[in-house]
Amino acid sequence: MLWSTLLLAMREIRRNVLRSFLTMLGIVIGVAAVITMVTLGKGATQAIADQVSSLGSNLLIVRPGQRLGPGATSGAPPFKMADVQAIAEQIPQVRAIAPTVTRGMTVVAGARNWSTSVNGSNNAWFSTGSWQLALGREFSEAEERGGQAVCVIGETVRRELFGAQDPVGQPLRVKNFSCEIIGLLVSKGQSAFGSDQDDVVVMPLKTAQRRITGKQDITALRISVNDEAAIDQAKRQVTLLLRERRNITDSEDDNFSVLDTRQITETLSSTTKVMTTLLGAVAAVSLLVGGIGIMNIMLVSVTERTREIGIRLAIGALEREVLLQFLIEAVVLSSLGGLIGVLLATAASISLAALMQLPYLFDPAINLLSFLFSAAIGVIFGFFPARRAAQLDPINALRHE
Amino acid sequence: MDLAMDVSAPPLIELRQVTKVYGSGTASFQALRGVDLSIAQGDFVAVMGPSGSGKSTVMNILGCLDVPTSGNYLFQGVAVEQLDRNQRALLRRSYLGFVFQGFNLLARTSAQENVELPLLYRGEKLGSRHKLAHVALESVGLQGFAHHTPAELSGGQQQRVAIARAIVTRPQVLLADEPTGNLDSQTSNEIMQLLSSLNRDMGITVLMVTHEPDMAEYARRVIHFRDGRVERLQHNGEVA
Repeated sequence: MLWSTLLLAMREIRRNVLRSFLTMLGIVIGVAAVITMVTLGKGATQAIADQVSSLGSNLLIVRPGQRLGPGATSGAPPFKMADVQAIAEQIPQVRAIAPTVTRGMTVVAGARNWSTSVNGSNNAWFSTGSWQLALGREFSEAEERGGQAVCVIGETVRRELFGAQDPVGQPLRVKNFSCEIIGLLVSKGQSAFGSDQDDVVVMPLKTAQRRITGKQDITALRISVNDEAAIDQAKRQVTLLLRERRNITDSEDDNFSVLDTRQITETLSSTTKVMTTLLGAVAAVSLLVGGIGIMNIMLVSVTERTREIGIRLAIGALEREVLLQFLIEAVVLSSLGGLIGVLLATAASISLAALMQLPYLFDPAINLLSFLFSAAIGVIFGFFPARRAAQLDPINALRHE
Repeated sequence: MDLAMDVSAPPLIELRQVTKVYGSGTASFQALRGVDLSIAQGDFVAVMGPSGSGKSTVMNILGCLDVPTSGNYLFQGVAVEQLDRNQRALLRRSYLGFVFQGFNLLARTSAQENVELPLLYRGEKLGSRHKLAHVALESVGLQGFAHHTPAELSGGQQQRVAIARAIVTRPQVLLADEPTGNLDSQTSNEIMQLLSSLNRDMGITVLMVTHEPDMAEYARRVIHFRDGRVERLQHNGEVA
């Protein structure tokens, strides 16, 4: 009985291919949207986690002011070299500290120019940022101390200015001075924020302070800690020390921020998760609308087939058998829509993930859940029309034209 | 099935003081005003009467599609008025077959599948469904038309498919509501001959509503209805 009812439902669906397809479309789009949103959201979260953890799990980033991300620091005073020395000397957990200044500017090589991010720092910049050198070398002690005009460039800068050529030993014009390229960084690709990490030039801190910013200010500190377990302790000590050095009284808030990589991951992930949830919810509403579409068509179908229902009831179909027939039809319609939705979502997720340079993470749970939800929608929205069919009076139904 | 009529056996169908009222209050309409009726196993009864005389109402009640407002309907001794909707559906699928004026076949469905429909609800297996449907189609003279849809069949052929569908479950009673109403006179006679032979050869009790005296002549007995009552009973001679 169940099997033949299923066949009957399939035949009804085939009989009205266009209408069945349009009815299913709501469910197809709903399911596809939910799965795609959640899959891409998960991919984005994963990408952020990967990016941040590639920085190393034992890294502290200290910035003036209380905000995350690049940009102006709302009047909070920058750091000085003395702060860097104090941290390095007084906090035993610190392994390396990279004081950094950053400026966006145009650099020139030969006839080509390129707008990039120019950093001043020390050799710790490489280790704290998990940078490897593809060619050349790091700064020498003399270059750092003397503020000599040397620099290391990222892959993007090389590509834009030198093409495939070896840039080491070539001169690079920055602002009004020329510096010698001594190294090339291994490419890291796009960052979690969507920016190109390879679009970078780094030179000794003193060189940048003297020739570019003209100030002794330091805009960020990257501190790597000996032991991952000591990171909370190190963070507390850095905070205490900086509060003292910056004369912050007990009643005042910090005018700088110390972030560890875990915290960055959490902050970014939670934002992505909220977005994923919101978009998923919007998509779920479209699933609901799809369900109402199915109910609508099933009601039309019951009216159209009143006579057929009358015949079935007259020859002895039980109420529940007629109910089952229409319910199964609705469920087949909606789960077929769900199935197409899952396939569509897989195709959409893979291509969108590739387009957005996110990893594609197949999530069996959300696929299964969406599919089951679409079937459940068939049951819920198919029940009312099916019950209406089952409760028809056979005499009136047979008279129906 | 034994054709011999046992006078002492209880009648297959018995109506006792059956009334039927549609609606309520001032808008109510009394379709049946106390009908007593007794039909024996193997009988062939035609119900006649002008429209509004209650003949359709009595057929609906006899077909267990409707229940009397008062009075009793005994089918093989069972009080039908006390059965619920589902029990009446089970009774219909087990003991009754229906033939309608408008054929009422499922459109775009083959003759074979139409005939198999009642078997489906009885839970017959696929193999036996095919076999029984084949036999039923053969007994109405439609072998070779199993895969035609109603649209591809003439009116007479459609009615034959409907009759095959009604008898495929080997029912006790065949209820026919104006079975020849949509057919020309020659086809009508063919259909009536078919019903007669089913009654005679298979022992199926046939109850038929008609307004054509010619068709009523095929029946053994004719019950005339007027104003919700049995006006008179007429016995025809043995039919050919």
